[in-house]
Amino acid sequence: MSQLQNFTKGFIKENPILVLVLGTCPTLATTSSSMNGLGMGIATTFVLIGSNVVISMLSGVIPDKVRIPAFVVIIASFVTIVDLLMQAYVPSLYEKLGIFIPLIVVNCIVLGRAEAYACKNSVLSSLVDGAGMGLGFTMALGILGAFREIVGSGAIFGYKFIKGDGILVFILAPGAFIALGYLIALVNRIKRN
Amino acid sequence: MEYILIIISAVFINNVVLAQFLGICPFLGVSNKVNTAIGMSGAVVFVIVLATMATYLIQTYVLDLLGIEFMQTITFILVIAFLVQMVEIILKKVSQGLYQALGIFLPLITTNCAVLGVAILVIKKEYNLIEGVVFGAATAVGFGLALVILAGIREQLELADIPAGMKGVPVSLVIAGILALAFMGFTGIV
Repeated sequence: MSQLQNFTKGFIKENPILVLVLGTCPTLATTSSSMNGLGMGIATTFVLIGSNVVISMLSGVIPDKVRIPAFVVIIASFVTIVDLLMQAYVPSLYEKLGIFIPLIVVNCIVLGRAEAYACKNSVLSSLVDGAGMGLGFTMALGILGAFREIVGSGAIFGYKFIKGDGILVFILAPGAFIALGYLIALVNRIKRN
Repeated sequence: MEYILIIISAVFINNVVLAQFLGICPFLGVSNKVNTAIGMSGAVVFVIVLATMATYLIQTYVLDLLGIEFMQTITFILVIAFLVQMVEIILKKVSQGLYQALGIFLPLITTNCAVLGVAILVIKKEYNLIEGVVFGAATAVGFGLALVILAGIREQLELADIPAGMKGVPVSLVIAGILALAFMGFTGIV
């Protein structure tokens, strides 16, 4: 598989959210607006790239039996870095994403890529894989966030284009579940054709 | 009275799955049958209560004392992983029946973000130890409630005629959305 294919597989074919249905918690919780969704996506991408690179570098050193705890420690270190960086430079976004920044550590996508890909492949391939998967994740979050913001409050990236309120339920919890359900159904439909 | 408020708020109003979006993976993964849903809920209650106690004590007596609060994420996830593993080993020795019932669900719980989520929320909300444990247990019960309701509905769905693209995850998500709508009705009772 060429590096380009490796990079783009996360966009549609193996999209972590829409096809593999991993990491649904931050997907639902942080997509109440497009900005929040993108911010969460970028934070996760950073962790994914960092942990993939380090894990593939150390794959010869880590004993097989304790690999999961070792992976978790590496991932948690990157999450702590992101947590502190966001707190320092984008405090308003950090405030909104709240508890879901430390929870990147239990995002199944990150550990999933470490276990399924990074520990068996070269550093460069793992870097590309992490970036591609992260972008796929960010894209799905951006689309879902934009959809919920447009329908729910008639705005996109904070710019309002209708007067009054939208369908408020799409900003609230139920809308998150329903919007993601139909988005996955749509992807299923496209994939079948 | 204070504890009753915490319980009602954690089970119904701020339901961990339907309002706070924690623990969605097991919520979708093990909600095919009511029996497995009950087993999973039991294991989650058990682990959350233990994990809340352990992480609270570590936060107060180790992290705060040494001034290394930034190690919170790393420490908590390791403590939870360690705890889950230990519970599994102890259960295997002490109670075969319980181990048979909860066994297969225990390893899955390490990656359940509800456990780490509750541990961090207890610290954020500045609860004391008892309030924290009550909050943890109530949250876990709320998780179980949502899981069992969804499993009950999905059992009925097996006979329904669902469009091919909607089968499996999408239809479960839409049902969860409608459930969340119903749970929003509890807002304002406290």
